[in-house]
Amino acid sequence: MRIVIAEDLFLLRDGLTRMLEAHGLEITAAVDNGTDLLAAVTSERPDVAVVDVRLPPTFTDEGLRAALAARRAVPGLPVLVLSQYVEQLYARELLAGGSGGIGYLLKDRVLDSAQFVDAVRRVAAGGTVMDPEVIDRLLLRNSGDNALGTLSPREREVLGLMAEGRSNAAIAQRMFITERAVAKHTASIFLRLRLQPSDDDNRRVLAVLAYLSAEQPAARE
Amino acid sequence: MSSRTPPLSSSGLRGPHPRWIGAGLVSARRGLGFGALMLAGAALLLALAAPLLLAGLAAGRLLGRSGSPANFTVVPGGVPQPAGPGEPLGRQLFLAALIVLAACVVWLLLLPRILLAIRRLASLTRRLVGEWCGVRIADPYLPIPAAVRGTYFQQLRWLLADPATARDVLWLAVNACGGWILAVLPAGLATVGLVEFIGPTTRPLVAIPPPAFPGNTSFVLILLGMGLIALGLGSGPAMLAGYGTLARFMLSPAGHAELALRVRHLAETRSEAIDTGAAEMRRIERDLHDGAQARLVAMGMTLDAAGQLIDSNPAAARALLLEARDTSARALAELRDLVRGIHPPVLADRGLGDAVRALALDSPLRAGLASDLPGRLPAPVESAAYFAVSELLANVSKHACATQVWVDIRYADGMLRVGVSDDGRGGADASRGTGLRGIERRVAAFDGVLALSSPPGGPTAVTMEIPCALSSLKTSSC
Repeated sequence: MRIVIAEDLFLLRDGLTRMLEAHGLEITAAVDNGTDLLAAVTSERPDVAVVDVRLPPTFTDEGLRAALAARRAVPGLPVLVLSQYVEQLYARELLAGGSGGIGYLLKDRVLDSAQFVDAVRRVAAGGTVMDPEVIDRLLLRNSGDNALGTLSPREREVLGLMAEGRSNAAIAQRMFITERAVAKHTASIFLRLRLQPSDDDNRRVLAVLAYLSAEQPAARE
Repeated sequence: MSSRTPPLSSSGLRGPHPRWIGAGLVSARRGLGFGALMLAGAALLLALAAPLLLAGLAAGRLLGRSGSPANFTVVPGGVPQPAGPGEPLGRQLFLAALIVLAACVVWLLLLPRILLAIRRLASLTRRLVGEWCGVRIADPYLPIPAAVRGTYFQQLRWLLADPATARDVLWLAVNACGGWILAVLPAGLATVGLVEFIGPTTRPLVAIPPPAFPGNTSFVLILLGMGLIALGLGSGPAMLAGYGTLARFMLSPAGHAELALRVRHLAETRSEAIDTGAAEMRRIERDLHDGAQARLVAMGMTLDAAGQLIDSNPAAARALLLEARDTSARALAELRDLVRGIHPPVLADRGLGDAVRALALDSPLRAGLASDLPGRLPAPVESAAYFAVSELLANVSKHACATQVWVDIRYADGMLRVGVSDDGRGGADASRGTGLRGIERRVAAFDGVLALSSPPGGPTAVTMEIPCALSSLKTSSC
């Protein structure tokens, strides 16, 4: 698998490169700014781009914008955005395209290299990977939601893992239950949230995320 | 100089009157109100000048006895009477001096009361001029130091040291000497027209002879009377506005008083800003010391232990390494929370609008946001406004029992306006709890103000206004 990395801090860029290479992934380019990222993805056509949110010259959300620009330049390019902070606002902007192949993770997640590489692979395969913190906050925010209130604790846990972009098999492994049980839970969740059930992992994630981050209109009378 | 049109309403007047008649009647009534205030002011002036009057009276009586009464018969209240026969002049003089002295002592004791009454009257005038003439007059008084309230001398010194006191007295004098005519003239003209000209020609209740001039037929008199009434009512609003302008000229803070007030405000807000800053630094230091720093130390020790065990007990070393990794993750999480509290990343990245949008996304309430900022605000203002909104949203979700909250961010005419309103139960009070007071202080450091409206039963609306300049034009995101 071929990867382009955009990260401005040398230590982290180097560390990421070594870690991904240690897991047998190929780093075709490691750049430190948005412009070079755009050039690298158009020339190298990688399987996935791993991009830090904060890049020069503005050191604000340059990386996010570069990632979205890269996806426009190379349609369908899977992009995994890393950040010291996760913001729902940014998660929303990344998901706005709705075509999958999107990841948004805290930088902390690189500490667990196996899981991180797994996330990279899932994004490269067109999956959607959201950081658990985004999901936690979405669930917290929607805690007053009636439909969510009817979910059992077990189902909420499944919902969280599902929104992180995990397949039934992965959820089953994480929760130490059978895949059949997970399937039962997901069916129940989709029924209660009135979502269209789907076997496609990615469409499933997007549906859940769309439900959780649905803008609840606060209309003035 | 703001002299917008007076808020005149012709409420209570029914029927198809032209607007100007209603406005004229309202102005006339308000003018009479100012006239009444003038009378009260004149009474206070007399009280203030009592010793002079008294001394004049005494001197008049004495001199009247000694032979030249004609000059002094006009002294108010003083009816020259010959002194008792046979009393020597020296004794009379002594008695008079004693009486004047006693009166002066009483007057001195009452002086703070008189001055405070003048102040109250001037404040009332300012308020009424604001309400009736639409001319806003700022309060010119120096704030009362906490110690002053009680003691007589401190109170007197504070009153006399305030230049606004002398200006108030000057206003009373100007008002009594003729300022009031401006206010009362419309009502006066209308009354004269009605009573002097129209009255005698119709059915006089009181027998008033019609004014004598050649050609004073009924028709001419009625015409003239109508003209006077029309003049009075028509000129009413303008006269009232003129009175308002005069009052503002006399009653608004003098240049140096304004400066003194400003200096005091700046000194207060500066020391508060420094205090808040210092407290914030201490909190950050403590958080770092107890959090990330401690975790890094622990991590170093764990790594060291792992290094020593790696040959003898690889399994234990492995466990320690995993522990070190977890510690580093926790340190990262703590640093992240800390930085969020110092300067939220979205605020730095995108500015106030998107940062508040991110806040709204995280809020458990249903939050509606309307943001209309043509550019980026200065970073400190942005930060203050952000934390204020953050705290207000937290307040709403904690106390208001609200289901919806609206945030409204606007910039116009060099002023940032942020409104946060909810549909909760209301009853918020800035004097209880430190939250709102803290926001007020934070906003005051930028010369901003906070207004709270929260009747019991709701809804609650908080509005902040911060004067500032837009620093840069908005760069399109993405």
